[in-house]
This record gives sequence, structure tokens and C-alpha cells, in this order.
Amino acid sequence: MQSQATYNYKVVRQFAIMTVVWGIVGMLVGVIVAAQLIWPELNLHEILQYGRLRPLHTNAVIFAFGGCALFATSLYSVQRTCHTKLFAPGLATFVFWGWQLVILCAALSLPLGFTTGKEYAELEWPIDIMIAVLWVSYAIVFFGTIATRKVSHIYVSNWFFAAFIIAIALLHITNSAEIPVSFTTLKSYSVYPGVQDAMVQWWYGHNAVGFFLTAGFLGMMYYFVPKQADRPIYSYRLSVVHFWALIFTYMWAGPHHLHYTALPDWAQSLGMLFSLILLAPSWGGMINGIMTLSGAWHKLRTDPILKFLVTSLSFYGMSTFEGPMMSVKSVNALSHYTDWTVGHVHSGALGWVAMVSIGALYYLLPRLYGKTEMYSTKLINTHFWVATIGIVLYVASMWIAGVMEGLMWRSTNPDGTLVYGFFVESVKVKFPFLMIRLVGGTLFLVGMLIMFYNMLKTIVGEKAYDAPIVAPAAAHA
Amino acid sequence: MADFISGFWDLYVAGFVAFGLLLCVIVLVANMTQESGAPQVKGHVWDESLREYNNPLPRWWLYLFVGTIVFSIVYLVIYPGFGNRKSTDADTETGLRREYAGEMAAAASLLDKYKAVDLKALAADKDAMATGQRLFLTYCAQCHGSSAKGSSAKKEKNARGYPDLTDNDWIFGGTPEQIKESISEGRAGLMNAFGAKLNSEEIRDVANYALSLSGLSTEPDRAARGKAIFFQEGVYAEKLAGQLACAVCHGPQGKGTPGLGPNLTDDIWLYDNSIETVMEGVTNGRNVDAADHPQRAKPMPMWKSFISEDKVHVLAAYVYSLSNKQ
Repeated sequence: MQSQATYNYKVVRQFAIMTVVWGIVGMLVGVIVAAQLIWPELNLHEILQYGRLRPLHTNAVIFAFGGCALFATSLYSVQRTCHTKLFAPGLATFVFWGWQLVILCAALSLPLGFTTGKEYAELEWPIDIMIAVLWVSYAIVFFGTIATRKVSHIYVSNWFFAAFIIAIALLHITNSAEIPVSFTTLKSYSVYPGVQDAMVQWWYGHNAVGFFLTAGFLGMMYYFVPKQADRPIYSYRLSVVHFWALIFTYMWAGPHHLHYTALPDWAQSLGMLFSLILLAPSWGGMINGIMTLSGAWHKLRTDPILKFLVTSLSFYGMSTFEGPMMSVKSVNALSHYTDWTVGHVHSGALGWVAMVSIGALYYLLPRLYGKTEMYSTKLINTHFWVATIGIVLYVASMWIAGVMEGLMWRSTNPDGTLVYGFFVESVKVKFPFLMIRLVGGTLFLVGMLIMFYNMLKTIVGEKAYDAPIVAPAAAHA
Repeated sequence: MADFISGFWDLYVAGFVAFGLLLCVIVLVANMTQESGAPQVKGHVWDESLREYNNPLPRWWLYLFVGTIVFSIVYLVIYPGFGNRKSTDADTETGLRREYAGEMAAAASLLDKYKAVDLKALAADKDAMATGQRLFLTYCAQCHGSSAKGSSAKKEKNARGYPDLTDNDWIFGGTPEQIKESISEGRAGLMNAFGAKLNSEEIRDVANYALSLSGLSTEPDRAARGKAIFFQEGVYAEKLAGQLACAVCHGPQGKGTPGLGPNLTDDIWLYDNSIETVMEGVTNGRNVDAADHPQRAKPMPMWKSFISEDKVHVLAAYVYSLSNKQ
């Protein structure tokens, strides 16, 4: 190691710490809205009302928690796999502070009632513009680092991060095309009319799942799983196939959110078919991750970080089986608008996205302070079990509640009348399952608090550490 | 299908679908070779330890992938989706409409057997009444409540004028045939407004008289003065000239006239029995704009414009049965 040059870990540290903080905030809001569904009295004030807190919850966990996790891990792994320091570090700092400002604006504007009304794209136009500027800056930092890499081949995790960055720019800018009508009320209207707006919205909405919550986190998986397991990736060839198939077919899947609506039938059919085709490309990622452990399965017994990573891949596999099934029109006729959808989303969001992020962070955090281990491995293990039990309770209760209410809504008497003519009947029977869901969600939040404690014990008083840049290995070992 | 405004979009969609499926096939075919021997570590190392094997694609996974592509092609042959291409079966919406029409026809044939049955006999038929209750919950409960007690329960504040159907007190008559007519043709329940002709003191007086008929007035002097208004006597003969006297519709004893005005002596109230509510009714009338509504949108809608006569028939028997227990 002749070079004294170091990687730029500062922005990684900032994003890593904020991931845990925003995770706690976002999940706490989730617990509150789950409680409001059981006890409507908890809608204490218009600012704390369910309709305003629910988008705050989704935005906080996806874009604040998930976003910070992706920034931290991508900006860390891209430097290390390119064997060079971060391109335009000043711009990276700008991305960090800008992103925190966006989160703050969201946390204020959503409870105050400023919303576009588009799911997962509720933020109003000034914030949309900030996001677009920040995203382009992030792209410059990421692709600049790739361009200045010291190795010829681009490592697989970077393919996925790259696809994620490009697609999110495309999705965000297209879906947020809106005409501002007021500075004081921040109001804007979408440029798309009627069903076209719905189509664009769900093209965005499902690709937010596909590229933000899947491609981005697959990038994370491709770096941290082989690192933590200390094993080679199972199959380069599989990663090529599932990468191209995944990014191409995801783009089509959006219309499955609009089955049995005014959307033309041909578009619904295509949405369903490309969702079905997505099953194999999605599983390609799961196989490549899990099979990377072959020859190292014994490590699962002792390494709770690996437990997080492997469990996340299992949930990824389950969710990406469930998703294509739910996109089949006749299954969707039962599942749509029920809590089954909520269960499915959380099996992906908690089981896959949060678990893989948590695993990656436990690997990452000590290394940003010149260590290799968290303060307490035992607490990581406790976190793992609390979180896993939480997810299982959450997902299972929502499956039952969802299928039950779906069946109730559709059951008819021979005389053509509804068996359960009043909506409230299906609400009443869901009560115990909403309780179980609340317990599950609370457990997951408790896990995050354990992580926060463990993180503090690991980093407080420690000197920030920027590792020296590793020279590329001689080509063709 | 008229989903595309020009032939371009037809080609655009079909082209991208074909390209998408083809791309999946190409990327699969290009990588499906099955090398024998031990998996190879590809010749690159990133970040000290990151390496890659190059294992062949798992066969079961490969077949799964191919299977979904084949399924999609078959689906696109049978159903719409490949641009403007004519498919061999109906689209989803047409299929659902067909299915719905079938279910509704089966349901209608169930009711068919009741249409010739006399309403009183039908009210004694347990199966018919089970269906009647379900129809009631579907069409009537929104206003009259799932227990059919309406919103008119005595003392209930802010009652919205939806009558109790279980108390055998009828505004438009309680024979099975009259009930059927009420459902089929709808009802307006019009009361004129007196606010333009009477001042608020006079309105308070006549409201007190109305309440006194059920023994509810606490101000006998006002009730006595109100009686003159009720019958348009003395100065009120001239003051209310051209306006129907209360007694015309509600009857000289206030016991009501079927179809014209409800009985005011039985302490059953369509709206509530507070002095304010009665005064509000006298001042502004009730349903004064009913004549402006199309027939079918009367306060009690004209149900024959929404549901089959067979359903009206069973509903009439059910409503009759509510206050005529067998």
C-alpha cells in the first residue's frame, strides 16, 4: 500500500447513522397509524390524523430510511469496488444535507395537509424539484466514481445501483410532471388527465418498488452478502440474466395496480403478464444470494449479520412469488383493496428491504470507525429474533385479515344480495388481526431501538476512520 | 377495441411487447450453456475478496422462466394485449359482464316464483321473508335503518324524517297494496311552508297546539292561540287566505288523513318532537321542493325505476310483515 489516499467515508457515516434514526421515526409513525386503525379515538388532531400520517409513514420508511440506507451502502461499495475515492465529494455532501432537508420538508408538509394525492409521490412541487436536483447530483457522484475506477470490470452491485439511479430519475421526473398553481398553498396539478394519470402514477408506483426497493437493495445484497459470508458470488451468468430480465420486465408491471378499473383491458393484461414473467428474474437474485453461502452454511449458526442477510433473501423470494400471484387478475379480484396487499408490502418492506439494510449496516458501521465488530454481537442476535418474530406476526395477521375481508366482500346470496351488506361487518372481524399486526410492528420498532443503542455504543467516542484505498488485485488471479 | 387513437400506438405497444419477450429469450439462450466440471471463479477480484463463480443457470429456474414466457404468449393469443390484435376470446370486462348477467338472471329466477303469491301469504313465507330482509338491507336500510326503525324514534334529536316501518303507524296507508305502491311509485310527504305568512310568535303558537295534541305542550295559552291558526279562524281566515289550513291535511281532530298529512295526536314523530323542530317544519315546510324533483328522486324514491317489480313485490310483503307479525 504505497498510496496514503483514503476512501471518503464521511458521507457514508452520515447516511448510515441517519438510516437508523429515520428508520425509528418512520416505523414509530407506522405503529401509530396501526393503532389508529384499532382505536379511531387516536386521531387526536387534524395534523395527527390517519390520512396525513399514513403518507408520512410510507415516505419516511421508503425514502428516509430506505433512501439513506441506499445512499450509505452505494457510496461505500462503489468506492471500494472501483478502488478509488468518491467523485465530487462536495456534491456528495450536498446530497446528504439536501436529502435531510427534503425529509424535514416532508415531515412538515404532509401532516400540514400539503399533498399531490399521488401515492408514494405525495410531496408537492417545490420538494419534487429539490428531489430532482439532488438525484441528478447523486448520479454525478456515483457515475463519476464508476468512470474514474481503477479496475476494468464493473462489479455486479454497481450494475444494480446504476439501474436504480437511472430509473428513479426517469420515474420521479415523469410522474411528478405537474403544473404549480400556488406558492402559498404549494398546490399543483398533474399534467396527465384521468386514467392516463393513474397509469403514469402506477408505472411510477410499482417501479418505485422495482427499482428503489428491489434493484437498489439487490445492489446492496451483491456487495454485503459475499463480503459477510466471505464466499464468491454463486453465478456471474445468473446475475447477467436476472439483471437484464429484471430491469426490462419491471417497467411493464405497473398496470397490475389498476386491475378492473377504467384502464383498458390490454394494458391490464400486459401488466399481469410481465409481472408473472418477473418471478424468475426476481428469484435469480434470491438464488444468487442464498447459494453464495453454499460451503459456508455453518456460519449462519454464529453470525447474526448473516442471519439478517439470508432471512432478507428468503423474504425477498416469498414476496416476489406472492407479487406475481397477486397480479393475476382473478387472484387480484380477491386481494385488491384488502389487508392482504398491506401484508405483501410489509413482507417485502420489513422482511427484505429493512432486513438486508440492517444486516449491511451492522457490517458497515464498525468499519466506518476503524473496527470490524459492533459493540455487541449478542444484541444483533436479539435484534434479529425480535424483528423476525415481528415480521411473521405482521405478515401472517394481514394475510388472514385480507383473505377474510376479501371473501366477505365478494360473498353473495343466491338471490343476488350481498351476504355482508355492510362494510363495517368486515371491519369488526378484523379487530384481533389488527391487534396482532400492531404487536408485530411494535416488535420490529423495538428491534430498531436495540440497534440504535448498539450503534451508539459502537461509535460514540470513537474516531471517524477513512480506510486507505486498496490497490486493485492483479488482473486474472 | 378503440383503445388506440392511431395505428402508430398499436405498433408501438405490440413492438415493445415482442421486444420485451424476445429480450428475455435472447438473454436466456445466450447464457444457458451448461459447463461441466467445477464452477470457475471468474478472473476478477474486487475490493480484496469479492469474486464470482460462474455456475450454470439452475435448470428448474430456467424452466420456470421459459414457462412464464410461454404462458404469456399463449395468454396474448387468447386475450387482448398484443396491440390491436383480435383475440380468440372476450376481454376481461366483457367476460365479467357476462358472468354478472348470468348470476343476476339466476337470482331473478329465484324471485320469479313469488310474484304470483298474494302479499299477505308471502309475508307468512319464511324463505321469502329471508330474501325480503336481505333486499331490505340492500336497498332500504340506508335510510330506514337495518332494524327498519327509521330515524323517527320519539325524542331522537336531529331525526331526518325517515319513518319507522315497524310501528304500524302509516302516513300513506298500511295495507300490503298501499305499501307496495309507496315502494314502487315513491312518496314525497309534502308540507307547505308558513314562514312567509306567519311571524315567529304565531308559528310558536301553532307549534304548541300541534304538540298539545299529543299532550306535549307546556304553554296552554300559546296552544289556545295556535288552535285558531290551525283551523284558520278569526283574523287567520284572511291572513292565511289561499293557503290550505292545517286541519285540511291533518284532519279536524289532528288525526291525519292517509296520503295527505300524518296523525299529530299519537306522539309519533317523523322529525323529533322538540318545539324548535316543529317550528322549523311549520316555517319552512317539509319537502317543499319535492315537486321540482324528477319522480324517481323523490325523498322516498320511485323504486320501480331501479329494481325489478318482483323485488318490489317481495319488499312490500317484508315491510308489511314488520308490523303485522304472523
